[in-house]
Amino acid sequence: MLVVLTVIAIVAAGVLASVNAVTAPQIEKINAENLAAGIKQVMCSDDIEVSEPQEVDAFTAYDVKDAAGQVLGKAIVTTENGFGGALKVLVGFNTEGDILGYTVLEHVETPGLGAKADEWFQDKIKGLNPGKSNFTVSKDGGEVDAITASTITSRAFLKAVKNAYDKFYASDATSDNAQQPAGEADKKAEEADVLSASDMGTPEVIE
Amino acid sequence: MNNLKILVNGIIKENPTFVLLLGMCPTLGTTSSALNGMSMGLATMCVLILSNFIIALIKKLIPDAVRIPAYIVVIASLVTVLQMVIKAYAPDLDKSLGLFIPLIVVNCIILGRAESFAAKNNAVSAIFDGVGIGIGFTLALTSLGALRELFGTGNIFGLPLWDESYGMLMFVLAPGAFLVLGYLIVLFNKITKKA
Repeated sequence: MLVVLTVIAIVAAGVLASVNAVTAPQIEKINAENLAAGIKQVMCSDDIEVSEPQEVDAFTAYDVKDAAGQVLGKAIVTTENGFGGALKVLVGFNTEGDILGYTVLEHVETPGLGAKADEWFQDKIKGLNPGKSNFTVSKDGGEVDAITASTITSRAFLKAVKNAYDKFYASDATSDNAQQPAGEADKKAEEADVLSASDMGTPEVIE
Repeated sequence: MNNLKILVNGIIKENPTFVLLLGMCPTLGTTSSALNGMSMGLATMCVLILSNFIIALIKKLIPDAVRIPAYIVVIASLVTVLQMVIKAYAPDLDKSLGLFIPLIVVNCIILGRAESFAAKNNAVSAIFDGVGIGIGFTLALTSLGALRELFGTGNIFGLPLWDESYGMLMFVLAPGAFLVLGYLIVLFNKITKKA
């Protein structure tokens, strides 16, 4: 009895180990290709050079240059809690922090509702700069139309993009602010307060 | 029982979803659209055929006292191998099926058929049982998914039949799964009891 179970377990382990040894390099290659294709898509350019990944807190950033060595911007992997679980987005920014494109890498949102995030925001957020525009859903007074009946997913998506922007471009934005008239900077700060307040007060209603 | 009978038995008389009511968790959870339901059904069928076959082959070697852990090890290994192979060689399939494959391990249909059929019959019959039950499960999940998708979004397999704004969201969400499943079981019983 003990012998049989042990033999079965050993055979199973052996099969798993050998299949893993054969498939692991192939899987890694496919993951790398997917990531490369994703970066090309969000940077809206086919001819690019991508740096080694830099891990900053929960973000993974890639510096992207074009073939001539000109810096195009950054592609950043950012994660936020959506309606069903982690919502992982790859978003491309140019050097100014304007959004070039995005793609949803992983999500567990409701099919037919929040799952539409992959398509929904494509033409809505391209060209926007999260630091210079009111980057929240229109329900919270922002500029972006939320997915119909999926406000939670929409908020999470925009927050993920905004977080990535704040992490990698906010320091540039402060230096911009310094050059602007004081009134303008105050208004920005006020906006920022309103934003964080509405984030905190987000009621957990059903999607 | 000849093999054709075994096949039909799995689809109608012992339909895993409508008659045995086995594997309710993936049935309710993954049928938010027709395509999702069908994918889950097909993935389960693959594992079921292989596990039935292997267990029928090794059944004489396994002492009764440890048969359940032995079956579980076989099933879990099969699922893991399948997952790795699909990931490595069929990445497109992995995108649509990948989410469901690990769920198959905990599907009690697989263990149920191993215990009640494969452990008592020869390997060829066990394969036919796997195909029959697999088809029965796939048909059930596809029809459940198609109805939920139709009522919820107005589409079937992503093809729009009427405008999405007429869709009743509830059918895509969890309560819709229970409702549609209940009515499908009623319908299935009505048809098969008569025949």
